[in-house]
Amino acid sequence: MDTIEDRDAHEALILDSVDRFLERDVKPFAHELEANDTYPDEIVDKMKELGLFGATIAPEYGGLGLPATTYSKIVERVSAVWMSVSGIFNSHLIMAAAVERFGTEAQKQRYLPRFATGELRGAIALTEPDCGTDLQAIRTQARRDGDVYVVNGTKTWITNSIHGHILAVLVKTDANAEPRHKGMSLLLVEKGAGLRVGRKLEKLGYRGIDTAELLFEDCRVPAENLIGGEEGKGLRQIMSGLELGRINVAARGVGIARACLDEAVAYSQTRKTFGKPICEHQSIQIKLADMATQVEAARLLTEFAAKAYDTGRRCDMEAGMAKLFATEAALFNSLEAMRIHGAYGYSKEFNIERYYRDAPLLAIGEGTNELQRIVIARQLIKRNPV
Amino acid sequence: MKVLVAVKRVIDAYVKVRVKADQTGVETANVKMSMNPFDEIGVEQAVRLKEAGTASEIVAVSLGASQCQETIRTALAMGADRGILVETDAELQPLAVAKLLKAVVADEKPDIVILGKQAIDDDSNQTGQMLAALLGWAQGTFTSKLVIDDGIATCTREVDGGLETVSLKMPIVMTTDLRLNEPRYASLPNIMKAKRKPIDVKTPDELGVDIGPRISVLKVVAPAKREAGVKVADAAELVARLRDEAGVI
Repeated sequence: MDTIEDRDAHEALILDSVDRFLERDVKPFAHELEANDTYPDEIVDKMKELGLFGATIAPEYGGLGLPATTYSKIVERVSAVWMSVSGIFNSHLIMAAAVERFGTEAQKQRYLPRFATGELRGAIALTEPDCGTDLQAIRTQARRDGDVYVVNGTKTWITNSIHGHILAVLVKTDANAEPRHKGMSLLLVEKGAGLRVGRKLEKLGYRGIDTAELLFEDCRVPAENLIGGEEGKGLRQIMSGLELGRINVAARGVGIARACLDEAVAYSQTRKTFGKPICEHQSIQIKLADMATQVEAARLLTEFAAKAYDTGRRCDMEAGMAKLFATEAALFNSLEAMRIHGAYGYSKEFNIERYYRDAPLLAIGEGTNELQRIVIARQLIKRNPV
Repeated sequence: MKVLVAVKRVIDAYVKVRVKADQTGVETANVKMSMNPFDEIGVEQAVRLKEAGTASEIVAVSLGASQCQETIRTALAMGADRGILVETDAELQPLAVAKLLKAVVADEKPDIVILGKQAIDDDSNQTGQMLAALLGWAQGTFTSKLVIDDGIATCTREVDGGLETVSLKMPIVMTTDLRLNEPRYASLPNIMKAKRKPIDVKTPDELGVDIGPRISVLKVVAPAKREAGVKVADAAELVARLRDEAGVI
């Protein structure tokens, strides 16, 4: 059994390697790739070498089996350099988590080792043109036809859908089921006939990473690819993965909030107005103090949620709190960093405008912050009955 | 061929070092520690020798407090096969390090010992040379290129004014220069695997080495703060100032 000191030392080694990867293989290229909205192929190759695609997959399936606490620290670091890179492995790992937690042993043996190496990279396909947060309203249908499901429908805002190889797709296997979630299932769909990748979506931020529409036109998927082998479990399977997803988004928020703080602290010591560095002006000090407090509070909430996730108990309230607070911290800090940087913050030459464009996605994606408040309140009442 | 590579735990290269108020040394409490960058180059070279089929085993050795195990783990994650920690809380000076390494060499019988040319904390640049002298082995210091063929090591050395190439009969002591290679960062799966690689712990007493200090440090002070420069109006003023004030021309 490892001691706490061993675990800390081990985590420090992992984070040190991640920092080196970011410093050497991401930071020098992020600005240009982002500006041109270019998919970072070489960074993905380095991520495969580093082993990031197996971060949370169990060692018995070739992964690293990292706890959410370590994983969220990795995501924070990556996002502080370039948030888009974290999206490449995160939705992949949510897909992998669904297979690992709910898949049949045959599905685990078949897919998890190839997910862990990054040989097969994928994502989750939930959102449709008419629904995102209200997942039970999806319309994509999977009709059983002998040994296959025939899938028809449209998904949109699907990260990794152009460069990924496989997707966990939320479908309706029974459109008339009541309650609606009993007719929902999760299918692993490998790219091939009947699955067309539509247009790549233009976005305010989160550039470089592929986000696209997917069109399923009589797409025939082997019935053995139904995760868990039983219909009607899809919503529960994916919601469970979303807890880790929300902790990940919270960690991204911490990363962006910290990057904004770090740049503001450095810039405010070199930029001078009225004969002194602007960090000596009280108005700037108040901003820096608020930003730093946001970062630390966001980090602690994220760690709190990650620890809860690692215990294996339900943690939608904790993950919701972390996601809500940390992503608002990212939004707040990106605007404050821009104000501190003045015109340079607004300039494409500096990183601040990128953080400012990336941060709003965090408040919208993985369940809007409005929805998080509802999740938190419902759990709060449920856990504290009078 | 067996490679012994020495790794030192030092304050991380990116940490701003602060001198202790009592001038006895530098602050190390709550400071990030890492492997000496020149030693990382040494580990990388050892791993490349193994990948090329030249080396069959890499042993990483560190001397110092128990936390040096973390430094050894880094070497194991990069590709070393096993580690040796000579554990002591005493401050080790270059001669003591060289003597301890000599004792480890006697046990391990490597064909090549690789060290950084210097550690970034004390910048002594002595250990490799002292070790070669104690062992009576050939030495290739400041090496920026290494070729091993048929028991002969050809080291390209970075010397003042250019490069010097020496041919050395194995076994040898080699110290690394910056341009020898760019060290890899350990992949996460290799960090996990390194957990299971063995680290053997010994003490200076067990090795029968006297590690008593031979140098006493009088005081440690921070370098003088750099003063702002001056702007000169034209080339004539520059020349005049260099001649009259700086006295360099």
